[in-house]
This record gives sequence, structure tokens and C-alpha cells, in this order.
Amino acid sequence: MTTHYLVLSVLLFTIGAVGVLIRRNAIVAFMCVELMLNACNLALVTFARQHGNLDGQIIAFFVMVVAAAEVVVGLAIIVTIFRTRRSASIDDANLLKY
Amino acid sequence: METAEIIQNTGGVIGVSWLMIALPLLGAVVLLLGGRRTNGWGHLLGVAMSVASFVVAVVAFIEILGLAEDQRRQAVPLYDFIPGLAKMGLLIDPLSICFALLITGVGSLIHIYSIGYMSHDPDRRRFFAYLNLFVAAMLLLVLADNYVGLYIGWEGVGLASYLLIGFWQHKPSAATAAKKAFIVNRVGDFGLAIGIFTIWTTFGSVAYGPVFEVAGQADQGVLTAIGLLLLLGACGKSAQLPLQSWLLDAMEGPTPVSALIHAATMVTAGVYLVVRSGAIYFHAETAQFVVTIVGVATLLAGAIIGCAKDDIKKALAGSTMSQIGYMMLAAGLGPVGYAFAIAHLITHGFFKANMFLGAGSVMHAMNDEVDMRKYGGLWPVMKVTAVTFLTGYLAIIGFPLLSGYFTKDGIIEATMHVNPVLGWLAVAGAGITGFYMSRVMFMTFFGKRRWAEDAHPHESPAVMTIPLIILSVGSVFLGAFLILSNRLTLFLAPAVGRPKDLLEFHWNSTPGLVTLALVAAGVALAWVKYGRAEVPQVAPRGSFLTTFARRDLYGDALNESLFMRPGQWLTRIAVFFDNRGVDGLVNGLAAGIGGTSGRLRRLQNGFVRSYAMSILFGAAVVVGALLYVGTM
Repeated sequence: MTTHYLVLSVLLFTIGAVGVLIRRNAIVAFMCVELMLNACNLALVTFARQHGNLDGQIIAFFVMVVAAAEVVVGLAIIVTIFRTRRSASIDDANLLKY
Repeated sequence: METAEIIQNTGGVIGVSWLMIALPLLGAVVLLLGGRRTNGWGHLLGVAMSVASFVVAVVAFIEILGLAEDQRRQAVPLYDFIPGLAKMGLLIDPLSICFALLITGVGSLIHIYSIGYMSHDPDRRRFFAYLNLFVAAMLLLVLADNYVGLYIGWEGVGLASYLLIGFWQHKPSAATAAKKAFIVNRVGDFGLAIGIFTIWTTFGSVAYGPVFEVAGQADQGVLTAIGLLLLLGACGKSAQLPLQSWLLDAMEGPTPVSALIHAATMVTAGVYLVVRSGAIYFHAETAQFVVTIVGVATLLAGAIIGCAKDDIKKALAGSTMSQIGYMMLAAGLGPVGYAFAIAHLITHGFFKANMFLGAGSVMHAMNDEVDMRKYGGLWPVMKVTAVTFLTGYLAIIGFPLLSGYFTKDGIIEATMHVNPVLGWLAVAGAGITGFYMSRVMFMTFFGKRRWAEDAHPHESPAVMTIPLIILSVGSVFLGAFLILSNRLTLFLAPAVGRPKDLLEFHWNSTPGLVTLALVAAGVALAWVKYGRAEVPQVAPRGSFLTTFARRDLYGDALNESLFMRPGQWLTRIAVFFDNRGVDGLVNGLAAGIGGTSGRLRRLQNGFVRSYAMSILFGAAVVVGALLYVGTM
């Protein structure tokens, strides 16, 4: 009965993961990360229902909190990079390397 | 082998015989620690200490003469040296007192001579300090009543010898010679040390008394090993084959040192060791036979070397080797030869010291020239030196009725008694002695004057000639005194054992007459070649044999190719292994890790998406692994 939710979760996660891997726009990649997080949330809530306890739901809340904090910091960084380099391509921001 | 019992000393001068060692040692300490303040009177203190030691030795000797024969071996305990291992004590017996008299007597004369010889040397005080140190160490060597005490003295004389050969250390040749003497002696000392260890493990003691008492009960093989190891030590100290190479170079030291240490006393320590350990050799016939072989080989080798040397001191050094070879030969014959070995040792101490000091007197007169080809016709200008040298020369070639005649003849007779082949070889050696010593004599004092232009030879001062005169008196009369009516044999009997049958001296025995004939032939040949004929100032190239002898029978070349070169190769291989093997492993490991990390960090390429890819991949692997584990 919960299989459909899980399938949806997997689909969303896969879309998010592929997006992170293939898109160069920082904003889009960022949104794909959010998509993966929410796919996880869906899976967690589904399992919580399946097992009849609230652990999964609680963890989903934690994920939301983390995601919110991440959005705040992440967006700030992306905006700053865009301001200095006039570009939001993550492949251009490759100075931090060996 | 019957020797007298060692009894405890109950006082008298023998009870304070440690003064013999302590006095010169005190002199050395004062002179070495006193430094420049003692420059003014240092040589006098050195002489005084040596003479005082001689006086103690003489009084102790007289005291021994006054005792009954079975009372003549006296132990003088001093203190517990290594608790449970060795009690330090002195053994005053006829053998050790003979050595003490020779060391302090000849030593004192050479001390006195050195006052004159070293008068222009700024370091005269240091010289006397070392001489005193040597006398003290040598006396400890011969007076100690155990092998450990002997070993301390043994190393002490080695040190003194090293310091004195290298006394003029500003000369590279002297510094090298000192090092060479030290290193070659180390080989011998190594043998002696192992020998003493073996004595300790075999007999449970290192004191002479207990060891010799039970020597016969030990295993034959062990006794032979001990005998050979002690012989190795003796070979090192006494410059016997195969450890002879240092003695000729040791002539770099001041001449009084050559006379005292490298002719009269220290180099005879090996003979002392073999004679003292007679009880061990008595039961180890193989080792004893090897001693005689070493003796004969060295007496011939030394004589051949002596024939070709133009340096007066080196010619004398070759002769020293040869004469100690005679002593070694006699010491290897057992009780029948011991007295002759010691008799020859004592007379040799006199006539060889006499000749060395004479050579020093000549060098002193000739601006330190040592090449005999630059001497010639010296006797009219230095008559005392020439006459005293002549007595020493006649004594060593065995001119009838002089010292060497009696003692060398004794050795030859005793050898004939035991092993005729070795005996005839010793006779041949005597003939060669006649040749090379005459060569020295003729080239130095007779013939045409071949002096350098600025040479103004003159007789040496009295402080140098008086010791020469005393020594030459010993060279003339001592042999007859010791040998006739077996005086020394009987005196030494309590210490070294009485031979089964006493050898009486016969002037008309066949070997004795053959020896005289050979010596006469040698002298005649030397006269033809070096007395009558012109001696060229520059040495002619000479035959193969001459080169062979000039190069010390290729002893140095042999050592170089057998030990030095392989040793160098060994160190080179070790260095190569260290550089390439050990260092290579360590450095290679470090370089490998560095290189790998250098390549690995390329993964850190700055592209966020490739990081994401590796995270995804990693997560997939983790999930896969979990699933796999879950299904098991």
C-alpha cells in the first residue's frame, strides 16, 4: 500500500540526483538538492506510517530544519558568488582545488 | 717440569718490591701532570726514579741470592683487584728479578744517555715522562703474579711504545709508524686476551701458581689453543712473523726509545710470556713446536732484512728481530732452552742497546743522518763510540769469548739437542748475522768518508758515552759470566724448571765450529763488498733478492693485499649497501608515498559536480554493501 509513495520518493530522488550531476546552474543544482531532501522526507514519512511509529516523522522535521538552514547559507553564498563573478555556473567556481 | 713452590713473602725488601713499579710511575705522573713547571728538572727526576727502581731491584736480587733454593719464589700480595677473579700481587722469583734488573739497569743507562741525546729537544720532559711510564708498565708486566696483571703491563708498554714512536708527531711518518705499531700489536693483544679468557674458563684462575699446578690435567686441545693464543700475543709484542711489520717502522722514534723499547726490553716481553707459561707449553707439544718454527722463521727473515737496509737503525732493527727469533726458538725448546733464551735476552739487551745508543751517538754527530751510505771512516773522529760499537758488534756476531758467543752458541747447542734441522738453520742465521752486522760496522766506521758537505762529526758528551762504556763492558763479559758453569741455568731452575741434563759449554763442538766458520765467511764477504770496495752514495738497484730484503720480504705488501685491500672492499660494500640498500629502502618508501599522494590529490579538482558524483558512487557502494551483508 505504501509502495507507491516509495516509488514516487525514488523517482523524485533520482531526478534530484541527476539534476545535481548534470546541471551547471548553481540555483538549479541547489533546487535539485532540495528535491532529494524532500524525496527522503517522503520516504521517511512513508516508513513511519508503514511501521506505525513516529520516528520517521520526527526525523523528517529535523531534515526540514536542516534544509531551511542550508537554504539560508547556500543561497547567500550563491548570491555572493554571482555578485562578484557575474556568473552562477558551478563549474566556474573551481578555484578551491589541489 | 719441576719448579719450586711459590711461598708467601714475609717481609724484607722483597716485601716492598712494589716500589720498583711505583717509583717510575710516580715520576711519570709528576712529569705529566706537572707540565711546563717541571721542564727544568724533569729529566733529573726521571733518571732518579729509574735509578731508585734499579737500586730496589738490586737489593731484592741480593736478598734472593741469600735464600735457599726452595725459598726463592716469593709471592707478595698487594690487594684484591677484581674480587673473586684476581688478587693483585707480585711474584718475585729468579726469572722476574732477572727481567727487573735488565729493565731498570739498561733503562737507567738509557735514561742517562737521553739527557744528552734529547738536550736540544723542547719536549725533553714529556720524553722522560713516557720513559718512566714505560719502565713502570714493563716492570708490572714481568713482576705481576697473574695473567691479568701481566696484561695490564702488556697494554701499558704498548701505550708507552705508541707514545714514544710517535714522539715527534709533527712528522707524518712518525705518526703513521706509531699507529701501525699500535694496530699490529692489537692483533697480538687480541690473541693474548682470548688466551687469558681461555685460561680463566679452563682453570678457574688467572694466577700463575694455581694455573701451572693443574696445567697438566687440562684437555690437550685446550692447552694447545691456549699455547697458540699466547704465542700470537708474543708474536705481536716481540715482532715475530707474521706480526713483524711494525718493528722496522718503529725506528721513527727517538734513538734511545729504539734502544730501550724496541731492542732491549719491550720486544722481549713475548719471550718472557712463553718462558713464564712454560708449564702450559710443557703439556702442549704442538704449540711448543710452533714456537720454535716461528723463532727460526723470524731469525732468518730478520737477518735477510738486515742485509739490505741502508738506514742504520733499520739494519739494527732487522737484527733485533733476528735475535729475538733466536730467543723464541730457545723458549720453544722447553726447560733445556729457557736459560739460554733468557741469557741471550740479557746479553742482547746489553749489546743491542749499546749498538743502538752508538748509532744514536753517530746520528747526533752527523746531523741526524741515518743513511749509512753517507757515513764511512768515522772511527778516528768518534773513538769512544767506535770502540763501544765494536764490542757490541763483536758480541752479536759471536766473536769468541764475548757475550753473544756464549749465549748464541748455547741456543744452537740446545736446538741441536732437540731438533737438528732447526739447529742448522740457526747456524745459517748466525752466518748471515756475521755478514750484515759487519756491513753496518764497515759502512759506518771504516772505508772512505762519504759525509754530507755540512757534516762535522764530533764525539758525543760524557753523559752519552759513559752509558755506552758500561753497556759495552756488559757486552763483553756478561755472556761468559751467565753461561759458564751453567750459572744462569741453575739460578733460574726454581722458576722455569731444571732441564733433564745440563748442557756444558764446549768450545770445540761441531755446530760451534761451523758457526764460527760461517761467521768468519760472512765477515770476509762483508769486508770484500763494503770494507775494501767503494760504497756508492746512492744505493744500486740490486738484484731481485736485494729488493726482496729491502722491501721487508714484501711483508707490508702481503699485509696490504691480504688484509688492507679486502678490508677496504668490505667497507666499500658495506657503505654501498648502507647507501643503496638501507637508505634506498627508507628514501624509496618516502618517495613512493609522496608520489602517490601527489597523484591522488589530483582528484581534488575543484569541480563540485564530480565531488557529487563520487559521493553518489560512494553512497551506492555503501548501500550495495549493506544489502549484500543483509542477505547473508
